[in-house]
Amino acid sequence: MSGLAVTVRVQRGIGWLELDVPDEPVNVLTPAVRAALESAIERLGREDDVRALVLISRKRDSFITGVDVTTIASLRTRDAAYALVRRGQEMVKRLEQLGKPVLAAIHGACLGGGLEVVLACAYRLASDDPATRLGLPEVRLGFLPATGGCQRLPRLIGVQPALDLILTGKTVSATRAQRLGIVDEVVHPVVLERVADETAARLATDRRGSRRRHSIKRLAMETNPLGRKMLFGAARRQLERKTHGHYPAPAAALQSVEHGLTHGIEAGQDVEAALFAELAIGGVSRNLIRLFVGSEALQREPGVEGGGAPPRPVENIGIVGAGFMGSAIAGVAALEAGVDVRLKDRDHGAVGRGLAAARDVLHVRERRHDIDDVRERRLLALLSGTIGWDGFGRTDAVLEAAFEDVDLKRQLFREIEVHVREDCLLASNTSTIPISRIAEAVEHPERLVGMHFFSPVEKMPLLEVIVTNQTAQWATTTAVEFGRRLGKTVIVVRDRPGFWANRILAPYLDEAGRLLLEGVAADTIDRAAVHFGFRVGPVALLDEVGLDVAERSARMLRDEFGERIGPPVTLTRMLEDGRLGRKNGRGFYQYEDGKRREVDQTAYEIIGAAVDADVPKEDVQARLVFAMLNEAVVALDDEVVRSARDGDIGAVFGIGFPAFRGGPLRYLDELGLSDAVLVLEDLERQYGDRFTPAPQLVGMASAGRTFHPWD
Amino acid sequence: MQAVRGRRRVAVVAGCRSPFCKAGTALRTVPAVELARRTVIELIHRAGLFGRDVDEVHVGQVVPSPLVPNIAREVALLPQFPGSIPAASVNRACASSNTAIALGYDQIALGHADVVIAGGVESLSEVPILHSRRFADLLHGLNRPRSVGGRLQQLAAFRPRDLVPVFPAIAEPSTGETMGEAAERMAKLHGIGRRAQDEFALRSHRLAHAGYEDGRLAAEIAPLFLEEVEEPVIRDNGPRADADLAEMGALKPVFDRRHGSVTAGNASPLTDGAAAVVLMAEEAAQALGHRPLAYVRSYAVAALDPAEQLLMAPALAVPMTLDRAGVAWKDIGLVEMHEAFAVQVLSNIQAFESRAWAEQRLGRSEPIGEVDWDTLNVMGGSLAIGHPFGATGARLTLTLANEMRRRSAEFGLISVCAQGGMGFAMVLEAA
Repeated sequence: MSGLAVTVRVQRGIGWLELDVPDEPVNVLTPAVRAALESAIERLGREDDVRALVLISRKRDSFITGVDVTTIASLRTRDAAYALVRRGQEMVKRLEQLGKPVLAAIHGACLGGGLEVVLACAYRLASDDPATRLGLPEVRLGFLPATGGCQRLPRLIGVQPALDLILTGKTVSATRAQRLGIVDEVVHPVVLERVADETAARLATDRRGSRRRHSIKRLAMETNPLGRKMLFGAARRQLERKTHGHYPAPAAALQSVEHGLTHGIEAGQDVEAALFAELAIGGVSRNLIRLFVGSEALQREPGVEGGGAPPRPVENIGIVGAGFMGSAIAGVAALEAGVDVRLKDRDHGAVGRGLAAARDVLHVRERRHDIDDVRERRLLALLSGTIGWDGFGRTDAVLEAAFEDVDLKRQLFREIEVHVREDCLLASNTSTIPISRIAEAVEHPERLVGMHFFSPVEKMPLLEVIVTNQTAQWATTTAVEFGRRLGKTVIVVRDRPGFWANRILAPYLDEAGRLLLEGVAADTIDRAAVHFGFRVGPVALLDEVGLDVAERSARMLRDEFGERIGPPVTLTRMLEDGRLGRKNGRGFYQYEDGKRREVDQTAYEIIGAAVDADVPKEDVQARLVFAMLNEAVVALDDEVVRSARDGDIGAVFGIGFPAFRGGPLRYLDELGLSDAVLVLEDLERQYGDRFTPAPQLVGMASAGRTFHPWD
Repeated sequence: MQAVRGRRRVAVVAGCRSPFCKAGTALRTVPAVELARRTVIELIHRAGLFGRDVDEVHVGQVVPSPLVPNIAREVALLPQFPGSIPAASVNRACASSNTAIALGYDQIALGHADVVIAGGVESLSEVPILHSRRFADLLHGLNRPRSVGGRLQQLAAFRPRDLVPVFPAIAEPSTGETMGEAAERMAKLHGIGRRAQDEFALRSHRLAHAGYEDGRLAAEIAPLFLEEVEEPVIRDNGPRADADLAEMGALKPVFDRRHGSVTAGNASPLTDGAAAVVLMAEEAAQALGHRPLAYVRSYAVAALDPAEQLLMAPALAVPMTLDRAGVAWKDIGLVEMHEAFAVQVLSNIQAFESRAWAEQRLGRSEPIGEVDWDTLNVMGGSLAIGHPFGATGARLTLTLANEMRRRSAEFGLISVCAQGGMGFAMVLEAA
C-alpha cells in the first residue's frame, strides 16, 4: 500500500480527517483503513487545540462505499467474523464518544459501513450532487449493518423509515436523506468544505448538533411496546412473504433493530455482532457476494478478448417495431442512456401506442420520484416516432424488435441497411432466432449482433449480447457498452439456439409440461420451484411469457437439440383452446384484473392430464432443477457463455435462478459434482434418457474438478 | 445564379410542419411550446440533421404564453441539441415566421451562422385570459408583506365585478378596428363582392384537398404523437373536399351583418400549428451533405398606416423584394400568398395589377404585374389550411420551395400581410 488512507490536518482549531484509500478508485473500509482512521481520531482527540473534527473524502465522488466485501468473503470462522465486527463497533463508538463534535462532510457514495460511521457523528452535512447516495445495502449481500447501523438509524429517523432502508438495502439521494432526517443539511458540493468548516467551528462552542425528528406517528407506533410489537410483527410477516425464508439477512437485521430498541444499544450491538458472524460465513452471503463481485468485474470488461476495438459512441438510436418489447426498450433507452430514440412501426396507430408505452416507463419513474418532472419532460422529448425511415440516417445503432419471424427480420434488416450510415450498429432483439440466420441476409454481417432483452425490460437486469463468428469487435464492444448504459448487466453469448438463458430454461419448462401431463397439479409444480428459490414457478412463468411464445421457442429448440426437449404437446393443446396465458387472461391459471388467481382446473382436461399423479413430491423439484442444471453444463461446454461466472450471472439475472444459490454452476459445485451425477443417474433410471448426466459433468466429477475455483 | 452583392447564399434544405388544426379541436390541449418542440424534433429527423451542427434557432409567435416568454430558447434546449445554441423569439404578427426565416437568412448571409432552424408556432387554443386590472392589483398587493390588518383592508376593497375576465382583443390598438372589420372595409373600398370572395375561398379548399390527395401537402406534415392527445394527429382538419358555393353563400356576414360580405367561409380560421425550416449556408449544406430545396434570393418588409389600409402592404413589399432580387415579375414561376381573407388576396392582386397603385404608391409608371392564376397558391392557402399566426410564413416557405422543385420554377414569391398594416415578401430561387 502506498501512501496513507487518512491524512490529518489541523486548521484554526478544526481537525480534518481526509480519507483517500491508496490504489483504490473509491474509499472502502478495510481493517487497515479502519485502524488508520481510529488512530487518527485518537490523535485528534488528545490534541487540546482541536475543538472539533471534520470527516471528509478526498476521492472524487466517493465518500465511503462501505466495508470491503473481499474482506468479508475471506472470513473463514465465526470467531474471526465476530472479532472483525467488534473492532468496527468499537471504532465507531470511539468516534461517537470522543468528547469533541465530529462533523461528516459527505460527497459521493456513503454506503454501508460508511454510513454507519457517519451515523455516529454529531452532524451530517451532504452535497446535493447526484453522486451523493446514502444507504445500508448490506442485506443485498446477505449480511447486515453490524457496526451500529441497526441501532443508530432507527433512533435517528424512526423505526419504520429505518427498516425501509435496512431491509431493502436501497440507497437515497442527499435531499431524500435530509427529508428522512439522516442528513442535517444539504449544500452545493462547491461550498461543502467551507460550510463544514463554519459548522464545525460553531459545534465546538454550541454543542447542539443534529436533532432528532419527532412525530405523532412515531410516538404512537414506536415508543409504546404494543405499537412496536405490532410494527415488527407486520415487518416480519412481510419479509417472510417476500423471501420464503431463503434470505436470512433481512430477518437478522430486523431482529437486531428490535432487540436494540427493547434492550438498549449495547445489547443490540451484541446481537448485531453475533448475527453478522453467523451470516458472514454462511453460504447465502458468500454466494451473494460472489455474484456481486462477479458482476462488478463483468461491468469492467469490454466484451471482447484483448479489448482491441473501443466501443463507438451511441447518441441516436432507431428501434424498429413499436410493440411490447420495442416500446419498453425505447423508454429505457431514453431514461437510462438519455439517447434520442426514433421508434418505427408500420402504421401510425402502432407508433402512437408504442410511444405511449415508452412514455409510461418515464411516468412510472417520475411518480416514484426517481426523476423530477423537469427531467421527465426533457427525457420525453427524446422519444419520437415514424412510419417511414426518416431519422434513421442519424442513428448510431438500430435495434430491431419486430415479431419473431426470421423472414420478417431478414427483410427488415435489408431495409434498415439502406437507410443507416455505414458505421451504424445493427441489433436484433430476439429470444429464439439464431443471429447468423439473420446475418446471412444482410450486406454487412460484421455489424450485426443480437441483443436479447428480458421482459419486463425496465425491471429485468440482464442483457445477452449475441455474437456470431462474423461479428466485428467494435460491434460487440459497442453493444456491450450501450447495454450497460441502459443499466443492464451484459453477458456476451455465442450464437447458439436459445442463447444462454432460454436454453437452460427450456428443459426446465419442458419438464414442467411433462409433470402436468403426468397429472401433477400446477400449483404443486410451482410450489416446488418457489421452494427451491425461484420467484415464480415454471407453470406460472409459461403463463407470463405467453404460451404461444413458449411453444414457438420450445419447438425451435427441439429441432436443434432433439430428444432432450420433448414436443410441447401441453402448450400446443392449450393454444388450440385459444389460451395465450396472462396476456389474454386465459392460461394454466385464472386471471382477474391482470392478477394471477387460482389454477384453472379446466386446463388439466384440455391438456389431457393423467388422473392421480404418481410422482413423489421431492422428485418434482429434482426433475425441474436437474433438467436445468444438466443443460447448463452442456451449454457451458458448448461455449455458449464464456465462463461459469457469466453463466451463473445470466441465470440469476435473466431467469431468476435463486441468487442465494449462486447460479446453476455454483450450485453444482456446492452439491458436489459426483453427488449431482448420482442424482441425475437416479432420475435417468426412473424418468428416461433426458436425465443422462452430461458427459462433461461426469468427466469433471471423476477428475475432482469444479466449475468455479474455490475461493 | 451567384450570390447577391457578395453575400453568402442561403439555402432552404428541409422543412416540415405539424398538422394545422382549427383552434379548440385536435390540438386543443397542446401548449404552443410543445407543438414547436415536437415539430422541430420531427424536422431534425426528417432533415437528418445533428443537433451539434445547429448554430441558431429562431421561432415566431404572435400570442406567447406568459409562462414561456422566449419560446425559441425552449426549442433550442431540446435534449437533441447542445445547450449552447442561442435563440430568439420574434413577433411580426402574421409574418412572424417569415421574419424568423429572414433573421436566419441575415445571420447566415453575414457569416454569423452556418445552420439555422427557423419557424413559428401558434396555439390559439392557448390564448391567455387576463384578470381585470383591479383584481390583478389586489393579488399583487396581497403578495407584498404587510400586516394582517392591511391585508384585510385590501380584501375589503374587492368587488365581485373585479372577477370579470379580460379577453385579449384582436382589435388594432392604434385604431380600435378589428382585422375582420378592416377586411370588410377593404371589400367595400375595392368593390370586391361576396361571390368573388366565396369563389376564391372555394378554390382554396379544392386545391388544398387535391394537394392532400396526391400526397404533396401530406408529405410536408409530420404526424404528432402527442402525450396530451390519444390518437396520432396526422392531417390538417381545415380543408374540405365537399365545400360548395351554395353552402358558403348561406353563411351570414360576421362583421357587418346587413351590408357585409366577409364570412367565416371566406376568412381564415383561428388555428393551432407549428412549422419550421432548416436554413444553411450553401457551403455548409455541401459540407454536411444536404441537398438544398431552394435558395433565399431576397426579402422585404413594408408598412402602411393601418388607419388607411390594414392589409395592403404586400403590394408595397413585393416590388421591393423583386427589385432587391433583381428579378422581374414575369420570371416568377410560382406564388405563395397568405390568405388571411379572400378579400385581402383579391385586393392585393388588384393592386399588383393596378397602374394607379403603381403610380401613386410606388412612383412607377407600370403595374407590378399580372397574376397568373395557374401559379398562385397552387395547393390552396390559409383559408382552407388554416392560419396559426406564428407558423404560416414557414408553411408558405416550405410549400413554395417544394413545389418550385416539382415544377422546375426558377423563381418563387412569398407574400404575407400582417397586423399593423405590414407586409412581407420574399423571393426564392431554384437550387
